[in-house]
Amino acid sequence: MFKWLHPLAKPETLYRFCGHLFPWLMLSALTILLVGNVWGLVFAPQDYQQFDTVRIMYIHVPSALLSMSTYTMMAIAAFIALVWQVKVAQWSVLAIAPIGAVFTAISLLTGMAWGKPMWGTWWEWDARLTSQLILLFLYLGVIALYGAFSDRQTGGKVASLLAVIGVVNVPIIHFSVEWWHTLHQGASIMKFDTPSVHPSMLWPLLISLLGFYLLMLALVCLRLRTAILEHEQHRPWVRATLGGH
Amino acid sequence: MVMTFLRRELVLLARQKADWLNPLLFFIIVLTLFPLGVGPEPNQLRIMAPGIVWIAALLSVLLAAERLFRDDYRNGVIEQLVASRQGVMAFVLAKTAANWLSTGLPLVMLSPVVAMLLGVDKAAFIAMMLTLLLGTPMLSILSVLGAALTMSADKGGILLALLIVPLYIPLLIFASAAIEAAGMGLSYSGQLAILVAMLLLALALVPLAVASALRINVS
Repeated sequence: MFKWLHPLAKPETLYRFCGHLFPWLMLSALTILLVGNVWGLVFAPQDYQQFDTVRIMYIHVPSALLSMSTYTMMAIAAFIALVWQVKVAQWSVLAIAPIGAVFTAISLLTGMAWGKPMWGTWWEWDARLTSQLILLFLYLGVIALYGAFSDRQTGGKVASLLAVIGVVNVPIIHFSVEWWHTLHQGASIMKFDTPSVHPSMLWPLLISLLGFYLLMLALVCLRLRTAILEHEQHRPWVRATLGGH
Repeated sequence: MVMTFLRRELVLLARQKADWLNPLLFFIIVLTLFPLGVGPEPNQLRIMAPGIVWIAALLSVLLAAERLFRDDYRNGVIEQLVASRQGVMAFVLAKTAANWLSTGLPLVMLSPVVAMLLGVDKAAFIAMMLTLLLGTPMLSILSVLGAALTMSADKGGILLALLIVPLYIPLLIFASAAIEAAGMGLSYSGQLAILVAMLLLALALVPLAVASALRINVS
């Protein structure tokens, strides 16, 4: 596996690799998202208690899961950047951070829109909500910390360090519903016994989830390509590729 | 080696009294603002006391954090330490200990006065003192981390607050939950145990991160 991964540490190879991957990822992401969301938002059955509000689930649950797995991905990239000093890993931390921040914001906003009719409140200082808000602050902290240094190299390293430190929050978010038993409901899909969602709702949810994952990977590819070009703009291969002067 | 560094830190603190006296004064001023802001109704103050005390403590520790590494970075002490490849860890531990001795410990000692000002009863007062005793070292550890991360940043000040305050949140939740439980006559040993667990975990791991942040910032 390392033999296969190692060439990708070279910016030029990674740039081309992401370029090949991007159209496929984007196309499949859009198709699957269309199928999953139309199925979920239009055709899936209503909940017997929540009626149509349950449909927020098809956006809320994937984006919430994505916010955590994106963070984990970013932290792994940050760890690689710090330990093995791989510069593309460091650039990918900054490529991933805004995407994760947006997914976190989406999960919080859809959660608020869902909470208003169901719990009767936009916001509750519940353990899950609070830890998710901290996750958003961590993403923003990584972005802000990178921006605060005039030397991009140092900024990238310090931001990576913060990303690694912040990973303690991910298990806290995941287990917050079990440890505190506050307002937010427990896990329905991410558990070892059979999921407690009926198949007619589970399938569109899983399809939406897959679509969100593919969308995230496609966006990471796109942003990483831009980051590589930005950092390597004075290299000959960039000029050869883009045909500039 | 830790003791040598600690002695140096304490001598520096003794000569620059404003560095640690100002945050303490700030703590007291913030505390006096709350009764003026929300009204001097004793029952209301008693209910809000845990939150008020802890928020004031967070802010005053944050105020002290900004200058933690600034001078040592500017006059090259940290560069020398990193270049000599020795004692970075001892330096970090001494810095943390000195920060707690100069900001955390005075807060614990001030807490009887605070309890009196806010009309806290005896059970809640003991809980408040215990949570401050267990929680302020954690505040020091985290503020050392924040100061190390932003040491060479151009726009350090406000960024430090943005980074560190989210990390303070769990501490704030459990500490004020403990005081609240004590105020209602309930057992709060569970919350204290979590505070101790967080403190031990942070003490084991954060200095490593601080040391590597220092190395990154001078490279």
